[in-house]
Amino acid sequence: MISIFLKEINEFLDSLIAYVVIGVFLVGIGLLMWVFPDTNVLDYGYASMEPVFSLGPYVFMFLIPAITMKSFAEEKRNGTLELLYTLPFKEIDVILGKFFAGYFLVFFSIVPTLVYYFSLSQLGNPAGNLDTPGIMGSYIGLLLLGGVFTSVGILASALTGNQIVSFILSAFLSFLLYAGFDSIAAIDVWSGWSYFISDLGIMAHYSSMSKGLVDLLDVAYFVGMITIILMLTKLILGFKK
Amino acid sequence: MSVIIQDLTKMYGEQYAVHAISFEAPKGKVTGFLGPNGAGKSTTMKMAVGYVQPTSGSIALDGVSVTDNSLKVKKLTGYLPEHNPLYLDMYVREFLRFIGGAYDIKGSKLNSRVEEMIETVGLQRERKKKIGALSKGYRQRVGLAQALIHNPSVLVLDEPTTGLDPNQILEIREVIKNISADKTVILSTHIMQEVEAICDKVVIIDKGQIVADDKLSLLKEGMNEANGIIITFENEIEISLFEGQGFKVKPYGDNAYLIESDRDDLRAELLKITSEYDLPLVSLTKAQKSLEEIFHRLTQNQKR
Repeated sequence: MISIFLKEINEFLDSLIAYVVIGVFLVGIGLLMWVFPDTNVLDYGYASMEPVFSLGPYVFMFLIPAITMKSFAEEKRNGTLELLYTLPFKEIDVILGKFFAGYFLVFFSIVPTLVYYFSLSQLGNPAGNLDTPGIMGSYIGLLLLGGVFTSVGILASALTGNQIVSFILSAFLSFLLYAGFDSIAAIDVWSGWSYFISDLGIMAHYSSMSKGLVDLLDVAYFVGMITIILMLTKLILGFKK
Repeated sequence: MSVIIQDLTKMYGEQYAVHAISFEAPKGKVTGFLGPNGAGKSTTMKMAVGYVQPTSGSIALDGVSVTDNSLKVKKLTGYLPEHNPLYLDMYVREFLRFIGGAYDIKGSKLNSRVEEMIETVGLQRERKKKIGALSKGYRQRVGLAQALIHNPSVLVLDEPTTGLDPNQILEIREVIKNISADKTVILSTHIMQEVEAICDKVVIIDKGQIVADDKLSLLKEGMNEANGIIITFENEIEISLFEGQGFKVKPYGDNAYLIESDRDDLRAELLKITSEYDLPLVSLTKAQKSLEEIFHRLTQNQKR
């Protein structure tokens, strides 16, 4: 798994993908947080990182598919998947190596936003007056959500040999998982079931975490989701052989 | 480590890609795997290295099944796929180090092994380039180095010399020949001279079925229809001298004749006649079909 992981990381670093993804994420989030009049905290008047956490998932919805779209699709198209599969790797090692390499990039695009926390804490009145547990919970939530999106991207990439299809598919699936269930639950036909349906989506768990309440059940939801999606990827790759 | 394939079948949908084939690739020998395009060569090779799952049948390396124990088998096998897929963005050494790492070769051993492979396949001048910048022949060498880096007991090469120039073909053949002494090599190719140059054994496959499986020399001998001798003289002779004795005589080039007969002692008979009439004999050789003709006949017969 380690050698696949390192190979993928090297590929990201060699091909500019890493720099572009991290750069675009930070510029986008930075603009939303500090500059754009509708969303910036300076006009808002509260020392809160709300823009990062409410808009972050939507930025990820486009950036993470861009990271993962080539992972299997390109290997399939170039035929290197054959090479990879005839090396003594377990299938799950290949999948995990690719997953963690993508996740690594996601992680490092989030880390620099910690700086915002210190800026905000200086802006608070008095300095340091902000909802630290809420922010910590949100960070954990964002990281876990990034993990789910990454695994969705890997799955979409395993489904097709075409990178564009893979990109669109994973952006759509991420959106569906994040906001889709909530919206479906809002349709007025479910009566008592609507709560369960919204509970299937990411948003319900993500928003409860951003209140600073890190419930083990929510964490289990995210980890379980990642596991299921990666297992599904393994199934699909095995089936295609 | 010999490779034994038994009743191997692969179906894609309703179509047989490979239909109940069985053969053995013995240790220390190069087994040539021949067949027209689409005959099932690559599919068989992909199954032998555990990339494609067979529909039924078995492949075993010294009794170890490829399907049940694929991880163990993969460690013992080196494989050069047909289109030689490589990571074009990687540097030659980086790529070989990655492959070596996959086989659990580590540290200084990995370094020395990578250098050794670069030497073996003749990549010294290109060692610092990106694979994408290499010409086809050099990429093929990288592919071969990749297949050899862990010193595998079984080597599966799918058309290793396609797209190479004549010099490179000779060099690569030399490499394959040198390493084959203690390995089992299965090699597929379209080039008949290649088979004659390096293979000890030939398996010919057509439409997913084996049409010939023999030692190269035996195969050639077995394909001769009748007992034929090509006899060459210094100058023209009277054909009737032989025809009178009940032989069938056909001209076979400059002052050479193909003489056919059912008799076992054909050679002795001919020598007797030549010495009797004091004919200026130059050479006397057994008529053999070229492998190309054999291939053509075996794979053409099945078409109808």
